[in-house]
Formats: sequence, structure tokens, C-alpha cells
Amino acid sequence: MRYLPLTNEDRNAMLTKIGVGNIDDLFNDVPGAVLNPSIDLPNHQSELAVERHLSKLSAKNTAASSVPFFVGAGAYKHHVPATVDYVIQRGEFLTAYTPYQPEIAQGTLQYLFEFQTQVAELTGMDVANASMYDGSTGCGEAIMMARRVTRKKKAILAGSLHAHYRAVSETTTQFTDDVLELLVPNPSDPQAELDAVIEAIDDQTSCVIVQNPNVFGHVLDLRPVAEAAHAKKALLVVVVTEVVSLGAMMSPGEMGADIVVGEGQSIGNGLNFGGPYLGLFATNQKYVRQMPGRLCGETVDADGKRGFVLTLSTREQHIRREKATSNICTNSGLCSLAFTVHMSLLGEKGLKKLALVNHKATSDLKAALNSVDGIEVLNDTFFNEITVKLSKNANGVVEALAGKDILAGVPVSRLYPDAGFDDLLLVAATETVLPEDIEALKTALQEELS
Amino acid sequence: MIKYTDEHEWIVVDGNIATVGITDYAQKALGDVVFVELPEVGVTFGTGDEVAVVESVKAASEVYAPLSGDITEVNSDLEGEPALVNTSPTDGGWFFKMSIADTGELDGMMDEAAYNDFVAGLE
Amino acid sequence: MSMNSAGRPTGVEELASPDQGFESFSGHKGLRLEEQLIFEIGNRDTTGVDIIDVDDFELSLGGLERTSEIACPGLSEPDAMRHFTRLSRKNYGIDMGVFPLGSCTMKHNPRLNEKMARLSGFGDVHPLQPTSTVQGALELMEELSHWLKTLTGLPSVALSPKAGAHGELCGVMAIRAALEARGDAREVVLCPESAHGTNPATAAFCGYKVKDIPAKDNGRVDLDALKAALDDTVACVMLTNPNTCGLFESEIREIADAVHEAGAFFYCDGANFNAIMGKVRPGDLGVDAMHINLHKTFSTPHGGGGPGSGPVVFSDALKDFVPLPYVVTDGEVLDLKEWGDGDSETSLGRLTGFHGQMGMYVRALSYMLSHGVDGIKQAAEDAVLNANYVLASLSDLMSASFEGPCKHEALFDDRFLKDTGVTTLDFAKAMIDEGYHPMTMYFPLVVHGAMLVEPTETESKYNMDQFIRSMRGLAKAAKDQEVERFEGAPYYAPMKRLDETRAARSPILRFKTPE
Repeated sequence: MRYLPLTNEDRNAMLTKIGVGNIDDLFNDVPGAVLNPSIDLPNHQSELAVERHLSKLSAKNTAASSVPFFVGAGAYKHHVPATVDYVIQRGEFLTAYTPYQPEIAQGTLQYLFEFQTQVAELTGMDVANASMYDGSTGCGEAIMMARRVTRKKKAILAGSLHAHYRAVSETTTQFTDDVLELLVPNPSDPQAELDAVIEAIDDQTSCVIVQNPNVFGHVLDLRPVAEAAHAKKALLVVVVTEVVSLGAMMSPGEMGADIVVGEGQSIGNGLNFGGPYLGLFATNQKYVRQMPGRLCGETVDADGKRGFVLTLSTREQHIRREKATSNICTNSGLCSLAFTVHMSLLGEKGLKKLALVNHKATSDLKAALNSVDGIEVLNDTFFNEITVKLSKNANGVVEALAGKDILAGVPVSRLYPDAGFDDLLLVAATETVLPEDIEALKTALQEELS
Repeated sequence: MIKYTDEHEWIVVDGNIATVGITDYAQKALGDVVFVELPEVGVTFGTGDEVAVVESVKAASEVYAPLSGDITEVNSDLEGEPALVNTSPTDGGWFFKMSIADTGELDGMMDEAAYNDFVAGLE
Repeated sequence: MSMNSAGRPTGVEELASPDQGFESFSGHKGLRLEEQLIFEIGNRDTTGVDIIDVDDFELSLGGLERTSEIACPGLSEPDAMRHFTRLSRKNYGIDMGVFPLGSCTMKHNPRLNEKMARLSGFGDVHPLQPTSTVQGALELMEELSHWLKTLTGLPSVALSPKAGAHGELCGVMAIRAALEARGDAREVVLCPESAHGTNPATAAFCGYKVKDIPAKDNGRVDLDALKAALDDTVACVMLTNPNTCGLFESEIREIADAVHEAGAFFYCDGANFNAIMGKVRPGDLGVDAMHINLHKTFSTPHGGGGPGSGPVVFSDALKDFVPLPYVVTDGEVLDLKEWGDGDSETSLGRLTGFHGQMGMYVRALSYMLSHGVDGIKQAAEDAVLNANYVLASLSDLMSASFEGPCKHEALFDDRFLKDTGVTTLDFAKAMIDEGYHPMTMYFPLVVHGAMLVEPTETESKYNMDQFIRSMRGLAKAAKDQEVERFEGAPYYAPMKRLDETRAARSPILRFKTPE
């Protein structure tokens, strides 16, 4: 067994040193009746055999890069530079623990400090934490944080907040003091939805949560929402599920956000069938001590040299126990490293250009789909994703196109099963989409809808 | 008049107003104080309610209201300079002032000599 | 004088003594390279990614274009490579040496796992592709579930929790959902004093009050005290087994019976499953729910603090309450159940976007298949053997908190440092100078100045003997009052001790471009 260095000779010598006869003497505190059960699972295998088995499973899946690919809805296919994957596989990063011993963890701590700065810059906020599990769990944490800050309980969730984020928020707050008000999604009229959000804000409101671009792809001006929220001493939480959009769009901070929750997968991280992903969480300086999750801060060592440590950890579970701001222990360390490396390569210049390329690809996609009979594009505004109304059931169309090796997008009914959105389809185009991919999609849709 | 609680708080009484802080013994036990979360002025507390939190790097401790009454003032200097709790626990490092709803509540508390004995007993 | 053919000196005897104490002009010290922040070395007009130019086109951003700056430099590829390589060298990882961090199971991370997770059918598939195009991915989730259920002897598993603490949340939420479903409002969760901090934090998030249960002198839960605390207000008991002192709760079946008799549930924190996997099935112990840290027990990398993965196994009593989504099958085709069925739905709901940590599922399954059930059992035995070897080899010099045998970790306290002037912290920092990552210190809270040593099964006897020799050396040095060896330690790390008070008093949490 290749992962176990002890030989039988070693084992015997060690048992002798310990002063016992056999290994089960070390398990003498386990009730005999439950020790060493027979377990019906296969025995060990060679690396070759394992690789063969898993490769077979992998081959049954359609990889995004192998087909024209337009699937988004909160996870996006982007090109990740080879450098990123090399760096995150260095053993010093990969096999390190949470940096609780700062003298031998400056590598992790310094990139976390860089990561926090990059996220703060992108979102237009003062500070960001060292990451959350993913965007959706960050959303639930934002609701609880807003309650602590405002000492009010009612959170208003805009209708076009990603369905998973709504569901996770509902689950995580079901046993807390928070009360959620879920507004109705409106795929075709984003302004009506924002009006409904503003209408719903009252003196009991702790926060309003709005996604931008919203789940249907519309770009929203949230400044009036910020104003309305602040007038009632409520916080504006802005959710960003496509972080590349921040290279093209006015930042949440500029629009008046108090908390920004994001999914950072798009920068540095692959699709991975949904995880691991990277929760981004940013806020303003005055709320820092109410923020969940780990934080890295600058300090000096005994020689006066600049260094970094985890700080403000009295908010966390290992100190505060039942009074912690969150029960979170792990963050998304390695995913945040991937983000930091990719973002360090891109820089402001690269990110802005990347965002523009995404927007252009989607503009071309919109133009192509507009020309197909049986398709109505619902978006006047968008970043890299649009909602289209089909003359047929979207689920059936997606299945039919998958049969032709085209992954056309996400049927809206998969996110909102009983909302009457059966004919709506979410279609995304990033820098990985080629003109011939758009052509293939257009042709296939023409055939399917005629 | 100065009084002490077994939670290591001191209370200086001036007329109807009590000034509250933590003792030298408490600040030493906590270590370097990095942050103090203070109550809002105007809020009413009952005896024993959690009214403030004092944090060092590795610990966070609740401060309980020694008396019932309303918060009349908080020491905003602690926001920028939490170290005052360490350097001047009984003077510049005071936490808050509160009105005294029932002066009878002071009767059960320790005076300086009793508190010194109490601390000596802990060591 | 020895000369080579080019006439250069090749001997060392005539060189100056290296111990000059001078400062280098660069600030570097040979291979100890200093590194500035990217914001100090990079340039905002540079990018290290070649992106095609696009022709002008009409923007559709509703007039909300970004005009503000993003003060993030771009680094060329060589500069980026060098920056992160330099940073990496300031880190300690399992790949570099023994990492005896108790409670964290820092075992070897096989690279086959990494390779498998990067197969395009796992790494490059979207969570919302039609399920017909991801049958292999769903099959992998089923296969992993089968392993987890069989190893734990429990009938149901929820894969989606993102880490151990998230798994705890899932487990306790399921318990509360089950209690509410039977109309039984309960208020209290019992946790032993030695519990991980996440346990009480989780209970509080589920709306429960936390009550401590005391331990006995032998480091195990006091069964009588537990029984006395159990009544119809108790929702569940959260217990780690083996516990955080590294000891198996030998009365665990009596504990489980008492808990069930009171109508409560038994939540087991599975953080220490590595000690008993393949040896004991939690299902046989009466456990109702237990999370499994794939990043501890099943070798997925810790990654400097994540990502983790914390699937939860459930007993029959809780299996109707598992979170969404989960894999379902009609016998031939696999599908995902992503949404509930309205009022009839008993699931506790959705805990994460999409389906959880697929990348970690692949790695864990790759590990399980490699080890097989025979290897898994051997791994548990070797982990316990290594820990007991440490205990037996150090007990004469260091103060073991409890009598052995221990399970996968050996607990010491600071009695042996009494009157030496050396603290647990100093001792741990001196281990850094010896080339080791320190053990877990000051946890569990039930002993004074705790030092929790978990070597794991992936250390050879040679490594263990080296480690023990260093620990004995340090213990003797402490007893001999060689205080200077400890009080400023580490001396040989990339940094000296860092000022955490300063960091917390006036937090600097990001770089700001100087005005």
C-alpha cells in the first residue's frame, strides 16, 4: 500500500516499545462487539487501476471545452492560464494548513492579504475577508451580519436573486431570528422588480439583497435602492455571481452597497461540476468586526519586519464558541490562491479587456438569436448572459441540443420549477465562445424551433 | 464611593450616576486589550445583562451590567485606543456611565478592602 | 592550495568564516528571498494574459459602465511565477516534513487525487448541464456515497456540505427538522467541555442553548452527569469520538442508549474518524448523524485553509431530512433531485449552491479506491500505532494528560514545563526551529497548556524517531532552563514572532496605494 510507509518489522518494533502484544491491544477501549466488523468493500488497487476506473467515469461526461458551450447561471466557463494550476499544486500551498503559525505561513498569509485587497478593489468596498465557502453561503451570512449591524430582523430578497442563493438563505436562517421576505421574480421587467424592492423596505428591514447583473442577466442601477435602504437604516447587500462583470460595470461600492457577496469562481477556478468554488465577501470599514470568516492583517515581527497574521479572530468559533459571528471554520484557501494568481496576471488592464470580450461575445450571441424565428430576447441590458423566450419548452430544447453536442444553456425552470417559466432559457457567452459556436447554436435552434 | 463586583468590575458612584470599568486584576488576566464593544447611550439594562464585550487577541469576555439603569455615556476614547484598558484601567480606561435605578443594589457589593481579599483568594 | 583546471579555488578551508553578521544589500539572505506585495512590484498598464482585441461595438450596460479604477497591477507571466514561487517558500506543508497538528489529520495528499480531479469529465463540467451529459459525475457521487455509507454503517448520506462545520450545521438542522416533524420542540444541545468550538457555534446557529457536560478524570465523558442532564428538553448530544483528547469514548453505547431513551439524537463530530475507519462503524455505536471531513480522513488537501468537504451520514431516523440536492436513480439513469415537493417535503432544504464539492469527491474516492478497505483499516491502525509510539517515547520527559493507549493523537499538558520559564507557546515555536510544524496547542481546553500531537499514518518509523529525538531534546532543554532557546523562537523561520496585538488593535486588512 503505497501511502503507508511502516513495514511489519517497524510495526512490531513499535508495539514492543509501547509494551503491547498486538495492534488491537491499542483498541482495548473499544467495545469488543463493534471492533473489526466485516466490511463489504473492495481491497486496495494500483494507481493504474484507479486511474483507469475514474477515467472511464470521466469519459461519460460531456466536458465544456469539447462542445459549443453556453451554460452559466452562477458558474461560468473561462480560460484559466496554465500558471494558475501550477502554482496551486505547489506542495507548500497545497499541503499547508490554515496559517495559525504565521512564522512559517507567510506564503499563505501574504497572498490572502493580496486577495483581500484585490476583492476590495474589484467590488469598490473598503475591506474583504479571506473568502467563504461559495457565493450562496456568503449570502446567508450577509443576512445574519446585517441583523447584527442593524439589530433588525427582516431581510428582503429581490425576486431575481439566484434561486440557489434564495434557497440557501432560507435554509441557513430557518432557525435564527431572521425573517425573510422573498419577492417574485420577473424575467422581463427588471425595473418593476426594483420598484417592488424599494416598496418593500420599511423600518423593520435589516437589509435588501439584490443581484447584479440579476439572474436573468439584466444590469441594474442600484443607486435608488441604496438610497431607499439607507433612508430606513437598512443595509444594501449586492450579490455578484459573475465576478468578471466587475471589469465592465460600475462597482457595487459606487452604487452604495454596504455588503458585497460574490461568487469568485470565474477568476482562476474551473467549473468542477459546482465546487469547490470561492465565496467573496466585502464590506465597509465600520462593519468589519461584524464580518464573518477569516481575516488577514498586516503587522510586524520581532525584528520590525512587515509580516501578516490572521486577525480579529475573536469573532470566530474557536474563541467565541456559541457567540461566534458564524460557525465557519474552513474557507476556500486554495481557490482564493487560484483567484489571486489569475487576477495578478490579469491586472486592471487584463480584467477590463476580458470583461469587454465577454460582453462582445454576448452582444454577438444576442444578435444571432434575435434573428431566429421562435426566439425573443428579453434583455435590453446584459453583461455576458441573456434570457430568451422560446416557442417551445426550454428543457426539451436543451435536451435535444445536448443530443447534437451543443450545451445551449440553463432552462429557467431548472432554477424556478413552478413559476411558469418553462419557455425561458438562460444563455451565456464568455471569451471561450467562438463565432462558429454561436453559428452552431443558431442553426440548431432554428432546426429545433421550426 | 468605589465598589467592586466578583466579575472584576469597579463602580464609582457620583450622585445618581455610576461609572463602570474593569479592574487591574481583570486587565492583567485578559492581556493586551485590542477592542471594546460598548453599549449605545440611552439603552436600559438590568443587573447581570451583557452590556459590553472586551477583546484581547485570543479571548473575548463579556462585561455584565453591575446595576440596573440607563446608559448615559460611553468612553469613546476606547474606540481609537483600547490599550487604555491596560494602561489605565481605573481612570482613562473606564467603559460607560449609567444611571442608578436602585441604590440598594450597591449594598451587596465589595468595598476596596473586600475586593483585595477576594483577589488574593484567587491567586 | 587546491586548484581546478580553470584556476579557481575549490577547497573551502581558506574561505572567510560565514558568520560575519553583515546585512546583504538586497535584503535577501541567499535562498531566503524577501518578496514585496504585487501592488508594490506590478504595474497597472501591464497584463500577463494575452486577450484578443475586439472591434468597437455598442455596449448594453444601461449606461452603468465602470469608470472607476481597479488598483490592481498585472504581472507578466515570469514575474507572477517568481512572485508566487517565492511566497510558497515561506510556507510549511506536509510535503516538507512531519506536521503533527492534533485534530487536523495532516496526512500525505496523494498526487493521483489531483490528477483525477483534473480529468475534463470532472473538472470541466458545469453543474447545470443536462444530467444526461454528466452521468459519470453522478455515478462517481453514488460510488463515493456507497463507500461512506458502508464504512460508517449508516444508511444515508448528504454529500453537499462544504466543510466540517457546514456538515455539523447540516446534521443539527436535520435533527431539529426531525424533532419539529414530530411536534417536539426542544431547546438544549449538550456538548462536552472538550468539544471543538464549531460544535457550540453550530448549536447556537440552529437556535439551541448549549450546556456543557463535564469529563471524568480519565478524559472521557462523565456518563452519570450526562444522564442527569438528559431530559425532554435536550435535542441532541454532540460528541467527538475518538474525543479531542485522543481517547475513545468507551461508554459510547451506553451514552447512545441514554440519549435515545430521552428521545434525543446523537450527533457525532467525525473529525477524528481517521483513528477508527475500517475498525469501527459509527452506525454500530448508535450514532444518528456524523460529518466526515474528506480533507482530514480521506486525504484531500487542506490547501492552506480550504476548500474542505464535509459529507454527513445519517441513521434511518434522520434520512428523510437530508438536504437537497441528492442523486436519484430509476435503476438505469441517474438524476438530481434539486427541489422539494412543496408541503410534503421533509428535506431540511438547500445548504449550498449547486451540488457541493465535486473536486473533493473525486479526490476522496481516488484515495478510497487506492487504499481499499484493507488499506483503510491498516491506515487507521498505523495512525494509532504512531500516536502511541509518540506517547510511549515521550511520557518520561513530557507530561501525558491521560493514561494510554490513545487513539490517533497523544495529548500532553504543560506540567513538565512548570518552573522552567518555558510556556506551551514557546515550546511550540521552538519546534519550528527544529524543522517541524508545531502540534496543536492550548486545545482541548480541558487540560492546562495542551499540546496535541497527531502524527498520522503516513509517517515512517524513521521520521517518527527523528521527531521523537527532537522533542526529547527540547523537553530536556526546557528542564535545563535553556530559556533563550525558547523565548525568542523561532529564530530560523522566515520571520520572527509576529505582533498580533498590533494587528488587532488597528487592523490593516488591505494594501492602500500611498497618497
